[in-house]
Amino acid sequence: MSSTHEHKEPMIRISKRTGISKPKAWGIRAIALVLALIVAGLVIFAIVKLSPLKVYATMFKGALGSPRRVWATIRDTMMMLCIAIGLAPAFKMRFWNIGAEGQVLVGGIATAFCMINFPTLPAPVLFLVMILASIIAGGIWGLIPGIFKAKWNTNETLFTLMMNYVAIQLTSYSVAKWESPPGSNSVGVINQNTNIGWFPSILGNDYVLNVIIVMALAVGMYIYLKYSKQGYEISVVGSSENTARYAGINVKKVYIRTMALSGAICGIAGFLTVSGASHTISTATAGGRGFTAIIVAWLAKFNTFVMILISFLLIFLEKGAVEIASQYNLNEYASSIITGIILFFILGSEFFINYKVNFRHGRH
Amino acid sequence: MVFLETATAVQMKDVTKRFGEVVANNKVNLELKRGEILSLLGENGSGKTTLMNMLAGIYYPDEGQIVVNGKDVAIRSPKDAYDLGIGMIHQHFKLVDVFTAAENIVLGLEEKGKLDRKAIAVKVKEISDKYGFDIDPNQKVYDMTVSQKQTVEIVKVLYRGADILILDEPTAVLTPQETDKLFAVMRNMKADGKALVIITHKLHEVMDVSDRVAVLRKGEYIGDVATTDTDPQKLTDMMVGHAVTLNIDRPKADKLTERIEVEHLTVKDKDGINRLTDVSFTAMGGEILGIAGISGSGQKQLLEAIAGLQIAEEGSHILYKDPEGKEHELLGKNPLDIAKMGVALSFVPEDRLGMGLVGDMDLTDNMLLRSYLTGRGAFADRKAPKKLANNVVDELEVVTPSIATQVRKLSGGNVQKVLVGREIAMNPTVLMSAYAVRGLDINTSYTIYNLMTEQKMKGVAVIYVGEDLDVLLELCDRILVLCGGQVSGIVDGRNTSKEQIGLMMTQLQDKEAKA
Repeated sequence: MSSTHEHKEPMIRISKRTGISKPKAWGIRAIALVLALIVAGLVIFAIVKLSPLKVYATMFKGALGSPRRVWATIRDTMMMLCIAIGLAPAFKMRFWNIGAEGQVLVGGIATAFCMINFPTLPAPVLFLVMILASIIAGGIWGLIPGIFKAKWNTNETLFTLMMNYVAIQLTSYSVAKWESPPGSNSVGVINQNTNIGWFPSILGNDYVLNVIIVMALAVGMYIYLKYSKQGYEISVVGSSENTARYAGINVKKVYIRTMALSGAICGIAGFLTVSGASHTISTATAGGRGFTAIIVAWLAKFNTFVMILISFLLIFLEKGAVEIASQYNLNEYASSIITGIILFFILGSEFFINYKVNFRHGRH
Repeated sequence: MVFLETATAVQMKDVTKRFGEVVANNKVNLELKRGEILSLLGENGSGKTTLMNMLAGIYYPDEGQIVVNGKDVAIRSPKDAYDLGIGMIHQHFKLVDVFTAAENIVLGLEEKGKLDRKAIAVKVKEISDKYGFDIDPNQKVYDMTVSQKQTVEIVKVLYRGADILILDEPTAVLTPQETDKLFAVMRNMKADGKALVIITHKLHEVMDVSDRVAVLRKGEYIGDVATTDTDPQKLTDMMVGHAVTLNIDRPKADKLTERIEVEHLTVKDKDGINRLTDVSFTAMGGEILGIAGISGSGQKQLLEAIAGLQIAEEGSHILYKDPEGKEHELLGKNPLDIAKMGVALSFVPEDRLGMGLVGDMDLTDNMLLRSYLTGRGAFADRKAPKKLANNVVDELEVVTPSIATQVRKLSGGNVQKVLVGREIAMNPTVLMSAYAVRGLDINTSYTIYNLMTEQKMKGVAVIYVGEDLDVLLELCDRILVLCGGQVSGIVDGRNTSKEQIGLMMTQLQDKEAKA
């Protein structure tokens, strides 16, 4: 093609890939991460004139710098992972459960209630009661929007979102009721002296039980979604309600059942936080994790094992960001910028995994 | 307009297009002259639409050249195509429902100043008169029939000054009368010196309307012939690559047994409008009952009501008579209830990927759709579905990389084979299918016809909703004609003419005309 014509081959064309090998896909993700670190480094340098390498080293130290920090990172990763596992069946069903935040809170309230009111129960019984209470509370919080969707086709996004506000108010009410010491406007550490209802330490560490519970859930959910009849129903309903009806699947029942399950697991996340980590309850107990976990669930395409990796990455970034904020006297927004840049690149890399970019042929 | 009678409008030279590993077009050469209608013929997945999409600016070729009016060009977008005078009428219309014909026609044109509706109407009228279109510029699209919508699409393209027109399966949704009208318009455009390409699977239409036929097979250009020098048999052989018989075998079953009795079936949609009114008929085991009608005459509601997917009005009955002679009411039951009653009812719905199959799932999991509840325990058994998937792939020659491929990645014909294969594997006593061969090539269509006939000979009651009247008349024992949700007659498939059915489709017959 000579250059005299008005139409030229486009400079860049984008075409869909038909398939990509696993190593290549992970290669693209790795490149994205490296690029993210470079760009974030340039931004850091431009704003605060600090060596990016030093800043990254500080981030690493913040997240994994000491055994205590390693365990704090693991604890928070488990909490995030637990919520993401809970969200997986709902989102796989294309049910936009934005209400994990509230489901975690009510699970936490139920746990705190048991810790405060049944201190005399033997420890194993108390644990059973706490976990059941948190499952029921979270389950109900998921069940309500599920029923409304099934019966009256209400918009689940708005519904679950509003359920969060109800849960927050309920938490405020509980905090006021259980206030300790009076006037502090907080519950304080529950059973600080007796440690009743606290997770026991296993192998000398406080958070081993968290890991065991969440890993069991991860394996269980993976099997449930992939191999069970109910998991199959969830996939069909998520792909096409018409196909589900055609196959004789009771779509309403699946909505209700799956949302109860989703809420129940988020309730367990509340139990883990209150009984297994903070030993207190406040409106900040869920801490926005209910929303971040949505990203985890989607990025992992509902594969609970991939979720482990993504939860860890997000918590790592969060911890590192806090560390550089305090070390270099930056405010926390500066560290959020870094987290944002890294997430942008990781999310953006999915585009290059699904699409190929063709440049104009050299011969023209 | 100045043109030479045989001037070349478009020339495609060694055009290649790949999608990943798949070569959709391999070094295709095609020539289109002014003042001619060229039929582009080929089986499903032979690359016809891909080739034309490259002319229309939807795709960009990986290799090769396109010459329009003697000039090398690069068509990067539909806008480039319009600038070159190329317009494509796609299979799926791209119109805004709440706009009028005229508004849709000028949509996207970047003309300065105020929207001058009068001037537009005048120009639309001019185009309509010139070629013989029947169009009301002020009619809203949602009030239009399929044929009228298609007219808007064609006028839209002409309004933009196109003199090279590509029509992708334009007759698939038209009645015979509407098709004749379209062909008349196409001939007028040809006489005006325009170059036309028509993609169609219907050979009699190819013979009827085109001057030249170009054949593609598996992405390769096979050759072109003048229509006067060929016949349907030769064309089919060219297309398929080997000889194919074009007769549908219609044996008579030894025994007919009443299987489904529909009585006074009335179905309203959610706006309270009657989609079916007082429909009554009997479907017999051992026969194929064809259902003809303009699309949207209630075919969908009828099949879905039998399958347990529609709510019917009071007084409606659908009785299933099992081989022991017992009667079961199917209305008010969902598909699972119906299956639990022991009714083996197979249903190939019109919307393959939206209802019959799950596009995101692989072949095995799609086979599982009908059987996932079998077996004890909480886990779904994938062994039998896997075997079934392999069987269907082997027996129906499904082209797929493996049974672990997502169904939506298969071509239309192969998707249909997967669906039909699964439904027949259920050993049904009733087999319903809606537009089972829509968009399928000749080879696949005949495979499906043969499967239907095979089922009929096994004593299955086959209900076949179709749109190609020639096929309905060759395949079916009896044909029920629907018109506006009512039965306008049930006729014998062996001694009825196409024109009779065409007429019944458009107007309700005297009830006494029922056979």
